Formats: sequence, structure tokens, C-alpha cells
Amino acid sequence: MSGSADIGLWGVPLAMIGGAVRVSTPYIFVALGETITERSGRINLGQEGTLVFGAMIGYGVAIITGSPLLGVAAACACGCGFGLFHGWICRFPKVNDIAVGIAMMQLGVGLAVFFGKPFIKPAAPHLPAISLGWWSAVPQIRAALDVNALFILGLGLALFLNWAFRNTKYGLMLRVVGDSSDAARAMGLNPNRVRLYATAIGGGLAGIGGAYLSLYYPGSWNEGISSGQGLMAVALVIFARWNPLGCFFAALLFGGAGALGSALQSVGVTQGYYLFYAAPYVLTLIILTATSSRSHSLVGAPGELSITK
Amino acid sequence: MSNASPDTLTGPAAALNTHRSGTRAMLARNAEAFVIPAAAVMVGLGAFSAFLMALNKSPLAFFRAIYFGGFGSAFSIDNSLTHASPLLLTALCVALPARLGLVIIGGEGALVLGGLAAASIALPLHGLPYFVVLLMMGIAGALVGGIWIGIVGALRYFRGVNETIASLLMAYIGIAVMNQLIEGPLRDPASLNKPSTYPIGDAYRIGDIPGMQVHWGLVAGLVACVLSWALIERTTWGFAARVSGSNIRAAQIQGLPVGKLILAFTFIAGAFAGLAGMIEVAAVQGDANASLASGYGYTGILVAFLARQNPLAIIPVAFMLGAIDASGSLLQRHMGLPDATVQVLQGILFVTILFSDTLYGRIKWLNPDLWTRAQS
Repeated sequence: MSGSADIGLWGVPLAMIGGAVRVSTPYIFVALGETITERSGRINLGQEGTLVFGAMIGYGVAIITGSPLLGVAAACACGCGFGLFHGWICRFPKVNDIAVGIAMMQLGVGLAVFFGKPFIKPAAPHLPAISLGWWSAVPQIRAALDVNALFILGLGLALFLNWAFRNTKYGLMLRVVGDSSDAARAMGLNPNRVRLYATAIGGGLAGIGGAYLSLYYPGSWNEGISSGQGLMAVALVIFARWNPLGCFFAALLFGGAGALGSALQSVGVTQGYYLFYAAPYVLTLIILTATSSRSHSLVGAPGELSITK
Repeated sequence: MSNASPDTLTGPAAALNTHRSGTRAMLARNAEAFVIPAAAVMVGLGAFSAFLMALNKSPLAFFRAIYFGGFGSAFSIDNSLTHASPLLLTALCVALPARLGLVIIGGEGALVLGGLAAASIALPLHGLPYFVVLLMMGIAGALVGGIWIGIVGALRYFRGVNETIASLLMAYIGIAVMNQLIEGPLRDPASLNKPSTYPIGDAYRIGDIPGMQVHWGLVAGLVACVLSWALIERTTWGFAARVSGSNIRAAQIQGLPVGKLILAFTFIAGAFAGLAGMIEVAAVQGDANASLASGYGYTGILVAFLARQNPLAIIPVAFMLGAIDASGSLLQRHMGLPDATVQVLQGILFVTILFSDTLYGRIKWLNPDLWTRAQS
């Protein structure tokens, strides 16, 4: 690495912080979207498929139109479409939302790979980064503090949702539907309709997360672009106890774990690449194990959520 | 249904009730299990045809390609059966826990690690008789696969961890572990472009069934399906599992060993997937390499759901999807469609079959319970 100041092993935590910010953004969007969906009492495992499809369509639209912002918008719209489809199928009695999620995962990835073939080679314009490291002369610090606008948007969204769940009419509607369909019906709400919209919004946010993957970091489209990040984000929501701010910090933690491998590589540790690559999966599993409970339902879990029943 | 129970009805209603339990009613009840999935598959194929037409491709040409690639000749039937063989076992990895109410989707990890274990145990055993080595490979594969999915069952039972998410995470971890081991300690230095373990040796390969170009793994898969059916439908363990699957609280109150059932069923499920990996290594690949993770574990999920988690129904469904898999390359050559076309078709079929769950018991001519109400 030419031009980098000699900061020795400090490079590892710095690269991890920078990596955490970079890697965490898709987690933030998928997790916030899934929080909205799960707060309405439904779980959408299809977020993984939506993420991959969003990455493909965002990249493709950015190549064709030359505008990465249009790519993000297209990914968001397609994500909403996937969410609407999931929400519509699940409104019928006896249809299992977890199983439909698995099917949507396969369908989304399949469609993304099907349509994404022409986009593997060409380079799309990237989303611009905001440099927050201008005050420092150390290139690694500057690199670590190059932040994408979507990350800041994600933070804002987490704060907003945290407020909105408690203080707005729609937030309360969502929570009532999620906690008890009967209570919601008694209040004159239609639970299926609220869940439909909640799943659609959740899908739209996952689509934005996907566009971030292909348009900023890692910044290209290929078939293995996600490999489970959408699913880990769903697990992360459980760990964050359906709390938007919790999701944000949990996503940062996951991003840090995901950046471990490349951070160590940057200081010359090349052994065990695949094991570091697996670190986020292991971390997710450990966290799920630590925070689940055999005997009592989870604190803060929406009452209608099938995953906790 | 809130209809009164049959023995309290009198008069015309009673007459209708004999009607409800007659031959026609029995036929209708049995027909439901065939008609609804068949209709769902038809709708799925229709939706997929519309998808192709929207892309200016001919659905007819597509189904012709599937027919010739999958069923058209003795060779293509053998090819389909070869693809179906691992699907039989990976579908069982989904179907067995499903009878307990667990949705396990991580068969891919158990398959990959089972194959790796089988390949690595073969080398030190060189020189021993054929069947001893094969048996040890099978045991190693099944044991590792069983432990891998058994961990998911244990996490579910002891910690309440969601088994769907945990099993998929374990699949990713399993694939990473395999990649690490075949790049590192277990790597055959002679495998340059494609890191692999040392070959198990031609002397210990699984051969073909006489008269066919299909390896004996197919028979193993068929036997496993029949045994699983017997386990679920004809043993007390299977009965206890079905009770726990439909109502876990009732099962616990009855004193059924729910924990042991979960551990045993997830272990057996993983063992089947591990065995599938061992067979892929011994019959197809000849060593363990990254090709083991080629999606049989994920297609097995679809097979199990299409078969409605019934081990005997898995057999024809696995053959059907094996044929679709087998004709994938033909699609690419003849129609210029990408490999992923098969994935899209599978995804659409998966969605329609799950959607059809809502129809059970709601179609009048298939559900005798609705007949009385309709006529009164």
C-alpha cells in the first residue's frame, strides 16, 4: 500500500471501524425494514431474495441510465413489489409466512441471477461518498471515515422509527396489529392490510440495502453478492428486540465482524480467510443462542409473530 | 367446521351424513391430496410460461427441452435419476423434522461436511476391503451430517433458537469450513485450479446399477425414503412425532419425550444429508471439492414441500425436479436461456405450492364436510 502512513497494528481496529460503517449499511436497511414487518406480526425471510434482486436491479438501472440514484429508487420499488407479493400471499388462511419467505428467497435470487447476467462485466457509476475524515492527515483514518449518504440516512431512519413507533398513529396501529389481531379488529383495523403495507415497506428498505451493496460496497454485481446478509439481518432483528436503534447498533457490530477478514488481510494476515469470512454467521448464531430462551417468550416480541410462538 | 358431530344428527341430516362417509366421500378425501398439488404445479407452470412469453421465448420449446433433457431417452432418464438421487436424501432432511413442526433448510451444510468427512476418512483406510471402507465412509458422512443438523435441533430444544435461521447459518458455516479445509490441511497438492481433498481412489468408488448409468446411491435414497415413511407412519416414535408436530403442548402434557424426538429426528435428517454428500463423493466426484455445494440441499427443500413432507411422495417429486435440473445445460445450449432459468421455475413452483395450502378443506367437491352445509 503506497502512501499509507505507518500506523502498524492500529490499522486493524481502524479498518474494522471503517469496515463496520461500510459493511453495516445493508444490514441497517434490511433490519429496519424487517422490524417494521415483524412489528406487524409477520416474518419475511424473503428479505434475502429482495436484497439480491435489489442489488441486481439497482446496478442494472444505474448502468442503463447512468444515475446511481435512479438505481436505488428502482431497487426500492422492486423491493416493495416483492414485499407486496409476500404480504398478499400470506393474507390467505393456512399459508405459512416462514415457508413463503424461503420460497421468495429462492425466487428472488433466481430472478436476480436470471436477469443479472448481462450486468456482471460492465461497471456502474457508484454512489458518492461523504468524506468525514478531512481533519486528519492519516490516509487510513480518512478512508475509514468516508461515509456513504445511505449510512447517515439509515441512522436517521432508525431514530425516526424509534420515535414513530411510540408517537404516531401509524406506529401505534402497527404495534396493535402485531400484538393482537383480535384487538386490532375490535378497533376497526384490518390486520391483513396493515401487514401487507408493513411487508411492502420492509421489502422496499431491503431493496435499498441491496442497491447499496452493488452501487457502493463492494460496488459490483455478482451472483454471490449477499450470501446470507438478508437472513442475518432478520436474525439481528430478534437480537435487537424489535427496537430500531438496537438494530442500528447490532448492524454496526455485524459490520465489524464482517470486516474482520479484510482488515486482517490488510495487515498481512492471510491465513484462515474462509474462517474469517464465516465470522458473521458464527456471531449471528452465538447471539441468537444467547438471546433466545427455551421457557419464556422473548421480551418485546410482537404477540402475533409466528417465530416466537 | 362447526357442524354438529355425526352421531347427534337425526332425520334428513343423518341421511346426508351416511352420504358424507360413503365411498364418494372417501374418494374425495383422497383425491384432495393429489388434485390440489397437481393444480398448483399446473398454475406454477402456467405462470412460468407467461414469464417466458414476456421474454419472447417459447414455453413450448422450453418444455420440449425439459422433456428431451429429462425423460426423452434412456440416457436422459439415467441422467435425471442421477440428479434425483441426492435430492431424495436432502428432501428427507427437510421432511423428517417438518413432521415435528420444524422448518430446517440447512441440508446443504450437512451434505457438504458429510462428503468432506467421507473423503477424508477414505485415505487412511486404504487397503481394507471395499465394503468396509464404503461402510466407514457412509458412517463418517452420516455422523458428521447428523451432528451438524443435530446441533440445530439441540439449539431449538435447549435454547429456543429459531431452527430455520439457525440451520441456514449452519449451512453457510459448513461451506466455509469445507472451503477452509480443502484449501488448507486436507488439500491434495496435485489439485491446482480446483482445490480438492486427495482422491478416495478408484477402487473405492460406488459403481453403477447393472444395466443403467445410475450409481447405487439412487437405491440408497429410495431405501431411505421407504424407511422414513415406515418410521413416521408405522412406529410409535413416528406417531409421537406427528402428535408433537401438530400440538406440542398436548404432546408434552401426554408425557411424550419431545426433546428426544427433536434431537433424534434432526440427527437422522442430517445423517441423510451427510449420506448424500458421501454418495456424491464416492459415486460422482471422487474427492471432496467445492462442487459439493451445488445446491442439492436447497432444491431438496422444494422437493420436500412439493411432496407435502411425505417420504413416499418425495420419490416421484425428486425424479421430476432431478429431470429439470438435468436439462438445465440443454436449455442454455438450445434456447440461449441462462442456467438460472431452472432456479426461476423452481421459485415459482415453490410459491404456488405454498399458496395452495390455503385450498385444503375449502374446495366443495373435494371436502365432504362441506356437502351437508351446501344442501341444507
